[in-house]
Amino acid sequence: MFKKLAISAVAALTLSAGGALAAEEGHVHDVDFSFEGPFGKFDQNQLQRGLQVYTEVCASCHGMTYVPMRTLADEGGPQLPEDQVRAYAAQYEVFDPELDDYRPARPTDHFPEGNDPNAPDLSLMAKKRAGFHGPYGTGMAQLFQGMGGPEYIVAILTGYTGEDKFEAGTTFYENTAFPGGWISMAPPLYGEDVEYADGHSNDLHHEAEDVSAFLMWAAEPKMMARKQAGLTGVIFLTVLTVLLYLTNKRIWAPIKGKKIG
Amino acid sequence: MSGIPHDHYEPKTGAEKWLHSRLPIVGLLYDTLMIPTPKNLNWMWIWGIVLTFCLALQIVTGIILVMHYTPHVDMAFASIEHIMRNVNGGHMIRYLHMNGASLFFFAVYIHIFRGLYYGSYKAPREITWIIGMLIYLCMMGTAFMGYVLPWGQMSFWGATVITGLFGAIPFIGEPIQTWLLGGPAVDNATLNRFFSLHYLLPFVIAALVAVHIWAFHSTGNNNPTGVEVRRGSKAEAEKDTVPFWPYFVIKDLFALALIMVVFFAIVGFMPNYLGHPDNYIEANPLVTPAHIVPEWYFLPFYAILRAFTSDVWVVMFASWITGGIIDAKFFGVLAMFGAIAVMALVPWLDTSSVRSGRYRPMFKWWFALLVIDFIVLMWAGAMPAEPPYSTISLIGATYWFAYFLVILPLLGVIEKPQPQPETIEDDFASHYPKASGEAGQSAATPAE
Repeated sequence: MFKKLAISAVAALTLSAGGALAAEEGHVHDVDFSFEGPFGKFDQNQLQRGLQVYTEVCASCHGMTYVPMRTLADEGGPQLPEDQVRAYAAQYEVFDPELDDYRPARPTDHFPEGNDPNAPDLSLMAKKRAGFHGPYGTGMAQLFQGMGGPEYIVAILTGYTGEDKFEAGTTFYENTAFPGGWISMAPPLYGEDVEYADGHSNDLHHEAEDVSAFLMWAAEPKMMARKQAGLTGVIFLTVLTVLLYLTNKRIWAPIKGKKIG
Repeated sequence: MSGIPHDHYEPKTGAEKWLHSRLPIVGLLYDTLMIPTPKNLNWMWIWGIVLTFCLALQIVTGIILVMHYTPHVDMAFASIEHIMRNVNGGHMIRYLHMNGASLFFFAVYIHIFRGLYYGSYKAPREITWIIGMLIYLCMMGTAFMGYVLPWGQMSFWGATVITGLFGAIPFIGEPIQTWLLGGPAVDNATLNRFFSLHYLLPFVIAALVAVHIWAFHSTGNNNPTGVEVRRGSKAEAEKDTVPFWPYFVIKDLFALALIMVVFFAIVGFMPNYLGHPDNYIEANPLVTPAHIVPEWYFLPFYAILRAFTSDVWVVMFASWITGGIIDAKFFGVLAMFGAIAVMALVPWLDTSSVRSGRYRPMFKWWFALLVIDFIVLMWAGAMPAEPPYSTISLIGATYWFAYFLVILPLLGVIEKPQPQPETIEDDFASHYPKASGEAGQSAATPAE
């Protein structure tokens, strides 16, 4: 009965979902990131390239205040050597209430705040935006493609049409991915904005993907550890399930009048 | 404790007798574990164990989270990020807690619908049912307040909308809302009291769970046939039942382990799937999110809340007859709480003398429609409050009330039930023809 119910319920849901949803949301393409899926891993080189894009481009306006700079050395992240992290931190000045003065940042400090108060903090950007929706509110797209935060960032960075308009004292730039179509952020990337040390292509799409991957790490720095823990859990619990299945079968055999195998 | 005759604990050694005459705790545990359980229980009866496990999981992970969480509007959001980034294993504990809430509600909905289908609410199990509904209400309160604690955008605006419901009560609504919030709006005082209550309510739930179990251990379990266990003698009862340990403990643990495989896959591989991305934005009283939606498990009732707009004739009628005291907003609130109230009153609304839906040919279809209705309402609750979704919500809400208030009372009168098996033993034997009476006898002695 319950099985039949479940099937008919799903069928009813799919059929009743005929009404179209007004699509105000911008268009977001799926990107084949290395960290997707149960076995997906961050590409360390990509995270380092993304960090470079973040530092040289994004950080001129945006901040990343929830991310401690020491985590750049952590496993499952860009994994910079300790001395590079120290050197990286030292390029920022932070206010130290104990000294009552500014000093060069240390790895234990967090990334600084942005310089532009209108530029949102990027620490969690890859988790607080969703690239995929629906269809018809069923959540199927997110189930198969992921929430799409990094894809949304790629789509924003590559979605500028070149049109702009001046309205109420602000310039807005047309962007195919931004809800409503007009965004107040000027196009940050044009391609060849940074020189990668590893010689990787620095066209617009590659830069956008690299910085999106980096922001996904910034938002979810323990992703690889979590997937590992999930996988270990699934494997051990599967073994336990099989053992309990066999135990259950054996215990019930005399009650059900079956032979014990 | 149970009305079904069975062996009771007999202290044998001197030490056991010494303890038993002072505190019969071993006897209590023995009687609880060895309770005669109908041997024909199907897989829908495993959810109780899953729910007990969920409660334990939520309490354990919650206590650990509290060690690192700061209940203050300026620090709550950052302290969650601290848990996610700096606390050893903190990200895992938090994701277990977040998704544990979803598993809890997933299990409780199946548990409730199982009760509705097999008539588990009917005499003599009304108290079990009512306690269950109280547990469900406490769960909703706990989950709602817990969702406010991370102090994200959905936390803040969800709290604003839901406490606003109390503001819709005529005359006394606004003072009540202010009293609940500890101020004119959702702020630090609200966060602190929600934190306090979020910590308290799970222990209230634990106590209610004990009473819930006590209640159905007194009446005995229902079973898929709805036919009662024979209680004439111990030998007779043993033909219908097997002891809870080991038969159902192992069966339930097997089911729990299987569910845990799926649960760990979700926690490990897609922990944010059931959440809302907006809750990773820190709460901002100046920016209202485009769509304020509660967590998925509240959506059916949220849809009922929003279904009754001022252009619905019942709402207009209620408003006219009360001279405007009941407006659309208050009507929606009454409908939402009413939707749960009618479910709690189902033992007295269902007039059928047959307990299990298995032998009720017409009931089956109306019940199936109720399940579909619940899922459609859940979907409609996530959609914007505009046509056609508002109409769908209204139809769904109407059916919800019609099922409990009209269909169930009428079905008992007009429906011709199918023949039920004489005994649970007969039902069991029809599934397992080789299970002879002797096998039933041996049930009393657990397999090695």
